[in-house]
Amino acid sequence: MSETFDLVVIGAGPAGLAAAAQAAELGLSAVVVDEQPEPGGQIYRAVERATKGPAAAALGADYAHGRQVVEAFRRSGAAYRPGLQVWQVEPSGEVLASDGQRSVAFAGRRALVAVGATERPVPIPGWTLPGVMGVGAGQILLKSSGMVPAGETWVVGSGPLPLLYMQQIIAAGGRIAGYIDTTPAANGFLAAPHLSAALRNLPYLRKGLKLRGALRRSGIPGHRADAVEAAGDGRVERVRFRSGGTWHEKPCDLLLLHEGVVPNVHVTMAIGCAHEWDERQECFRPRLDEWGCTDIAAILVAGDCGGIEGARAAEARGRLVALGAAASLGRIDDATRDRMARPLRRELRRHLPIRPFLDTLFRPRRGLTAPADAVIACRCESVTAGQVRETVRIGAVGPNQAKSFIRCGMGPCQGRMCGLTVTGIIAEATGRTPAEVGFFRIRPPLKPLTLGELAALGEDSGT
Amino acid sequence: MFRKLPDPACATVAVTVDGQAMRVATHETAASAALLAAMGATRTSPVNGEPRAPFCMMGVCYDCLMVIDGVPSRQACLVPVRDGMRIERQAGARALAFGSAETADV
Ligand SMILES: Cc1cc2nc3c(=O)[nH]c(=O)nc-3n(C[C@H](O)[C@H](O)[C@H](O)COP(=O)(O)OP(=O)(O)OC[C@H]3O[C@@H](n4cnc5c(N)ncnc54)[C@H](O)[C@@H]3O)c2cc1C
Ligand code: FES
Repeated sequence: MSETFDLVVIGAGPAGLAAAAQAAELGLSAVVVDEQPEPGGQIYRAVERATKGPAAAALGADYAHGRQVVEAFRRSGAAYRPGLQVWQVEPSGEVLASDGQRSVAFAGRRALVAVGATERPVPIPGWTLPGVMGVGAGQILLKSSGMVPAGETWVVGSGPLPLLYMQQIIAAGGRIAGYIDTTPAANGFLAAPHLSAALRNLPYLRKGLKLRGALRRSGIPGHRADAVEAAGDGRVERVRFRSGGTWHEKPCDLLLLHEGVVPNVHVTMAIGCAHEWDERQECFRPRLDEWGCTDIAAILVAGDCGGIEGARAAEARGRLVALGAAASLGRIDDATRDRMARPLRRELRRHLPIRPFLDTLFRPRRGLTAPADAVIACRCESVTAGQVRETVRIGAVGPNQAKSFIRCGMGPCQGRMCGLTVTGIIAEATGRTPAEVGFFRIRPPLKPLTLGELAALGEDSGT
Repeated sequence: MFRKLPDPACATVAVTVDGQAMRVATHETAASAALLAAMGATRTSPVNGEPRAPFCMMGVCYDCLMVIDGVPSRQACLVPVRDGMRIERQAGARALAFGSAETADV
């Protein structure tokens, strides 16, 4: 049997937690469902516990802010169901979730998708070898488990997260063998025109410069490279990179990759919401109005899954969406909504002006979306970029045909790890834009289920 | 690959990772326990037998599928450890699928 709520929130990151707290404050019944065991989302992972743990000092003040977000949520009276993976959301607002053995249903007058971002896929030679992981994965291990790398660890990539992670590891007493910066040198020039807008968020810029300074002082050797490969027998043993036209090779036990984050659009795509291509951030995102409404009335979106804006903006977006929901459900009038929204919009104006600068500075390098033929694009089905190109030669015009020809995107991750790569390869091969090529059609269930679980759900809803 | 920062106050549970008994913190996941056990590959690919291990640690990549307490194809990075948990490497075998008709029984 399903429980009914005014607002069913999927995702306990800053967006979802702030939305649920705001909704509860306005007298709405709200529940937050999240597949993780603890609230906080990606940025504030394990924050209730980790602010006291061995990595606490290393994680810094931005992380500690998450404590307030989680506390406000805990106090709000909104319900919280951790450890549940959402596998289907109906356009009506009904949400189905599983704990791995059993499923439960929540009937929402509104469903808020706040599932955050995922790391952009980094298809390089050898990226499926054990010992190659995301920088985000390394940071999750630091926050949740108090784990730091041991042995020869190389960090590869671009964006603020590698810098932040390395600084956190050094502060926690860990060691990084070297950093391979893949940011294209030309990005700096391209980003320069956005600098004056970015100056409106001076504290953020300062933090970035401080990170770079800390990194320089740490003595971690830095290299700039335009190509990187992992190699080894059964696990990563070496990293190879091309710097200034010359290849270098280093011993490596752990290779951490990161090329920015992209919206996690699988939920909104499976529901059937309209999406658009974001040229500057090179990703798809749902089409939203200023209250986070999609083109489907009961489905709302807040936070990084609606476009990458960062954690503080996600929090403000969550509150705005809750205000919009309360007004559309008739709990507050439009004048109250607009009055309460004003400080939140001011907050957004503080955090958003830096985005064009960051997006341009850390724009992904070209080779990422069109890797060499031998590189694995789809990890689940071990399909190479060359095989995807071959489907174009035999007539595939988009990702869905490629999927039916060679199963790329058909494994358990459902294209989460290859979707943007497959779109990029087909766009390059056919001379079209990613917007024209489109993305895999995503169908529920969002996560693999067993027959037994589906059957049990049928029995439950019959009682 | 990884080591734990010292945390003397931390409570632990007993698990086995591929038969090897170990004590891990109560807040560990099956995947982080496997990483601490330094077992290398945590599964092999059902397509070509390649070794694989956790990649994203956040439920996205499905490369952490393991046999946990006898149940195959659990996403180890999302499963919190429990006292007595058996965490085992998963060999090949496509055990997951989508849609009710083709859902494999595991
Ligand atoms: C790995 C990683 C690390 C990051 N670290 C930092 C950092 O240190 N500092 C920083 O400023 N920014 C960081 N970011 C960027 C950061 O994600 C965002 O700015 C911020 O967390 C966005 O908040 P959010 O509420 O939109 O989403 P998130 O915080 O990502 O929260 C989304 C939540 O949705 C849950 N979820 C997703 N899918 C499902 C589902 N199907 N069923 C149930 N629950 C689901 C997830 O478990 C997660 O808890 C990181 C991003 C990633 C991907
Ligand atoms: S490590 Fe990626 S899903 Fe578990």
